[in-house]
Amino acid sequence: MIFEDEPVPGYPLPIRPGHTSPGRFERVLRTGQFAVTTELDPPDSADPEDVYRRARVFDGYVDAINATDGSGANCHMSSMAVCALLTRVGYAPVMQISCRDKNRIAIQGDILGAAAMGVCNVLCLTGDGVQAGDHPQALPVFDLDSMTLLETARTLRDEHRFLSGRKISYAPRLLLGAAENPFAQPVEWRAQRLAKKVAAGAQFIQTQWCYDVPMLRTFMRHVEELGLLDKIFILVGVGPLRSAKAAEWIRTHVPGVHIPDEVVKRLAGAADPAAEGRQLCIDIIQEIRTIKGVHGVHVMAYRQEHTVAEIIERSGVLNGRKPWSPGRDPHANTNRMAS
Amino acid sequence: MYAVRQWSVRHARGLNTFYRGFEAVLVALHPLFRWIGYERLERPVAALERPVKGLLFDCRMCGQCILSSTGMSCPMNCPKNLRNGPCGGVRANGHCEVRPEMMCVWVQAVAGAARIPGGAQALQSVQVAVDRRLQGKSSWLRVVRQRVGEAP
Repeated sequence: MIFEDEPVPGYPLPIRPGHTSPGRFERVLRTGQFAVTTELDPPDSADPEDVYRRARVFDGYVDAINATDGSGANCHMSSMAVCALLTRVGYAPVMQISCRDKNRIAIQGDILGAAAMGVCNVLCLTGDGVQAGDHPQALPVFDLDSMTLLETARTLRDEHRFLSGRKISYAPRLLLGAAENPFAQPVEWRAQRLAKKVAAGAQFIQTQWCYDVPMLRTFMRHVEELGLLDKIFILVGVGPLRSAKAAEWIRTHVPGVHIPDEVVKRLAGAADPAAEGRQLCIDIIQEIRTIKGVHGVHVMAYRQEHTVAEIIERSGVLNGRKPWSPGRDPHANTNRMAS
Repeated sequence: MYAVRQWSVRHARGLNTFYRGFEAVLVALHPLFRWIGYERLERPVAALERPVKGLLFDCRMCGQCILSSTGMSCPMNCPKNLRNGPCGGVRANGHCEVRPEMMCVWVQAVAGAARIPGGAQALQSVQVAVDRRLQGKSSWLRVVRQRVGEAP
């Protein structure tokens, strides 16, 4: 029996040849579509509706939603729980795992559990230091780093065993991601670091916010020279800046974010800085989509999540494509549920 | 000491050459070490290794030294213990995100590795997760046993 108000569950899709996950996001990437991902600001709440409300604002515009894991070392609902809620209704989350709060025992358990709940994408991060967040008195764990975390996830998936060697009877089927910051020192070594991440198992990367396209081009040239273009899907991080003041604050207080002076000036000179910030974001998206090896954008619109739909719509990158969201294909879902 | 650590990275090439010779001597001493017993040697050798490497590299005695692969910049001085490259938070001036008064150990590692023959390639090898049981143990003795095939 099917109830009208029953949520559509996130059925795993059949795994296509050459794919490693049963997920929609990998399909979008491997069919050569320009992918769009975004970030969900996890609630400081135990109400599931808070998660769904935050996810719904992206409906029809994004292929996957990142669930952050205590980003900025601030405490929120866990990425694991956000992902569990999202997969319940069929969304394709990217579960972020940070090495700051958990050791290798906890992390491996979480990867199995997440895959069991329908998570198909994992983003392996080192994580921000505890000094950056609201609990600076906490113990920083850092048992693994992003690289060894990638290797760990790949071992679970491909070798069907834990790091200890103990067998896993049903391996997690995942698409593995990592982060890269082409705009941080040592700039000339960043592409090499990406090569290392690819060697450790990364299949896609999402970069830090890009406000300096020439710098990104240089990075992408290095990536091409290292022969990595067909080994990794690169999603470039973008996002709207609210004002010149906000840009100034971010570049001085958020480590690793590089915002050139021209960007700050452009915002300062605008009559409506917030609109100009969105336009700047659209301009950057349109510029980077033409760069060889860029497979999509990762829109990080922290506390401006409502602007993501408009930015993607106006940038035209979806080319008329409508990413899946609950209720997009009511007929197809009914058939799947009935069968 | 921070200033000495900086000096060591600037002299990565010489230190690496010296270490290669030193390691060869240690490996040659393996029969002697085995006769005395590695278990018995562990504490005195670690007691020697700690101040020497502590002075030169601010060594944290992780017990699984990779200095030759990191341009003589000890990755355990990274507040996030990163052994595979810098995080994304390195400041524009090359300083650490967590400890702004300190140069990023990985910015230094890249500079140090450029001075060592084959250093750039060594930087590319993916380091496995740290074995926390080796904390405080001698890395020198472990290297010898690895070279002669007695340790993994």
